[in-house]
Amino acid sequence: MLRQVEGSLAVAETVARCRPQVISAYPISPQTHVVEHLSRLARTGELDHCAYLTVESEFAALSSLVGASAAGSRSYTATSSQGLLFMAEAVFNAAGLGLPIVMTVANRAVGAPINIWNDQGDSIAMRDAGWIQLYAADNQAAADLHVVAFRVAEELSVPVMVCMDGFVLTHAFEEVDVPDQHQVDAVLPPFRPRQLLDPAAPVSIGAMVGPEAYTEVRYLADHALRRALEVLPAAADEIGAVLGRPVPSLVQAHGCRGAGTVVVVMGSVLGTLSEVVDERVARGVRVGALGITCFRPFPASAVRAALCDADEVIVLERSLAAGEDGPLTADVARALAGTRARVRTVVAGLGGRPVTGTALHGLLDRAEGGRLGARTFLDLDRTVIDRELRRSAAQEVAP
Amino acid sequence: MTVPAQHGPQVGTLAVGNRLLPLSLRTVAADADRLSGLTGGHRACRGCGEALAARVVVDAAHRATGGRLVTVNATGCLEVFSSPYPESAWRVPWLHSLFGNAPAVASGVAAALAVQGRGDVRVLAQGGDGGTLDIGFGCLSGMFERDDDVLYVCYDNQAYMNTGVQRSSATPADARTATTPVVDGTGGNVTRHVKDAPRIAMAHGVRYVATATVGDVRDLEEKVTRAMAVRGARYLHVLVPCPLGWGTPTDETIELARHAVRTGLFPLFEAEDGDVVATTPIRRREPVTSYLERQSRFAHLFHPVRQDEVLDRIQREADRTVARYRLDRQEEGAS
Repeated sequence: MLRQVEGSLAVAETVARCRPQVISAYPISPQTHVVEHLSRLARTGELDHCAYLTVESEFAALSSLVGASAAGSRSYTATSSQGLLFMAEAVFNAAGLGLPIVMTVANRAVGAPINIWNDQGDSIAMRDAGWIQLYAADNQAAADLHVVAFRVAEELSVPVMVCMDGFVLTHAFEEVDVPDQHQVDAVLPPFRPRQLLDPAAPVSIGAMVGPEAYTEVRYLADHALRRALEVLPAAADEIGAVLGRPVPSLVQAHGCRGAGTVVVVMGSVLGTLSEVVDERVARGVRVGALGITCFRPFPASAVRAALCDADEVIVLERSLAAGEDGPLTADVARALAGTRARVRTVVAGLGGRPVTGTALHGLLDRAEGGRLGARTFLDLDRTVIDRELRRSAAQEVAP
Repeated sequence: MTVPAQHGPQVGTLAVGNRLLPLSLRTVAADADRLSGLTGGHRACRGCGEALAARVVVDAAHRATGGRLVTVNATGCLEVFSSPYPESAWRVPWLHSLFGNAPAVASGVAAALAVQGRGDVRVLAQGGDGGTLDIGFGCLSGMFERDDDVLYVCYDNQAYMNTGVQRSSATPADARTATTPVVDGTGGNVTRHVKDAPRIAMAHGVRYVATATVGDVRDLEEKVTRAMAVRGARYLHVLVPCPLGWGTPTDETIELARHAVRTGLFPLFEAEDGDVVATTPIRRREPVTSYLERQSRFAHLFHPVRQDEVLDRIQREADRTVARYRLDRQEEGAS
């Protein structure tokens, strides 16, 4: 049933219907509403047979789930930004231990300078941690992807991050059909852990592994992660069939077929971008949009297939890879190696700066006029930059 | 018969195996059929106090819980020497995650067991003084404050031994470590007080807090057993000498732990809900110098120049501890 709800509530209700057994909560904007809603569901009994822990840090939040998951419980938490970085050690650890924890990341910029608004620098920093990373383009996808996340995590014994743009999605009220209990139960069987802390059959989990086997252990973890490229679409299709709507899995192509110019993006900008594309297509311009839903593992074949007609590929980076063009650019360029496509980077929407339709139209105007460089910052205030660069240059000259 | 004060045989209340006692009063360690939850063949150093204490703790907890026990381990010596893949010395379920998160991991295990209806299975978390008092301290405080059903055992060997003897917040004043070196006869650890973890646990209102040493296995087992009879957060702080870090002979570990107790530097007590409920009086107190001079980490306090000012300060610290816990009182009924 479609309801006008806050994105955080849609996610919280969906998570509750996935029947998590242990939830660890620590507040941080803009994630907090998710765990607040879940605490209410736990209190009212709508979410039953679930331990809800209010822990003292994000590091403890994920660490407690390492314990809970190893003890055989379906486990969930949510975080953002500094919180994700604060738990970074446990993020890598959970993946290394092969624990199918699901975590919502309400994407938020990373300080300094401290900034609570949306970009994707936080989850991108965890790119190589060994988690599956899914990016929601809207709140319906954010809700549905959590069902996919639990299903695939437990099938592969790999943790999954469901990333949704902070505030833009978490705090947005829009129509969402939250999966109901019998739908979720139909596609998400009870958690059967691969190994379990059980006095009847003692196992040692988290042993020290030296040079003689570390590479093989890491190889196998990577192998499990990569299997998501097959398992994800199958799970999303099955879940979509039950929910009665398509559920994204790897990529979402919007008018890419025959498009000479395609803009690639992750997250909620895909909505604005699709409208801009539609307006330009209506004017007879051959342009398309490609949303990346699954960033890790990177679906290089799907990306290459979606971009097969493109001469010009513009990657909108929602994070800054200091010293390089951008993480998504690098992956897209690698996927397109050997094709005729030119790949350009546009850094956009850092720290909550809106990525507007007007700005995207301007960007595409420049691209079509051949005036787009290899790396561009959308809506950059050049006067500030030039002034500061002049000032620091003057200081360097002074003794 | 007089009992030698040092290097004595294991007799009297410190005896681990005593054939004259009824079976029910004998130690778990004396039971030939004990679990040996941390079994032999691991890679601890010769004379390791932590290895022995951990086996005693795990076996006592195993008996107290009827075998319904899972353990969580912080990174550190205990984890490293017991678990080099593909070998494991653990005969109980054992989970190691990170250096600084063992209390939180244990909280999660306990929560999972409870929600699965497996609340009869109990959780024992273990770590060294670095993992417990320093890097894991936030998680420990959180576990205490939430009163999660975990017994956390800190094996305190008073420095980061696994990484090569660096100072921790449990390192005694003036001790030489790799990061508090002694150069030209001066140096050592500069601290006003070591971090007093048991009292910090008590300040959290932790249900059961106790101190023990590897030098008194009976006392250690009793405290583990008492702890496992309680639900909620519990803390056990165990002094475990480290021959490598302390600069002591490998066959003196047990005696050194007892010696520390006899000086008053390591008080033995139990506390419930924040209040001390029992202490172990010191029968024959010994000056701290007799304990310190046995350890090369304190050698600079004696050679080349005896640093009486420092030794007096350490003695006053021991005196203060003895007074705080009234360890110098005569036992009731004792002559």
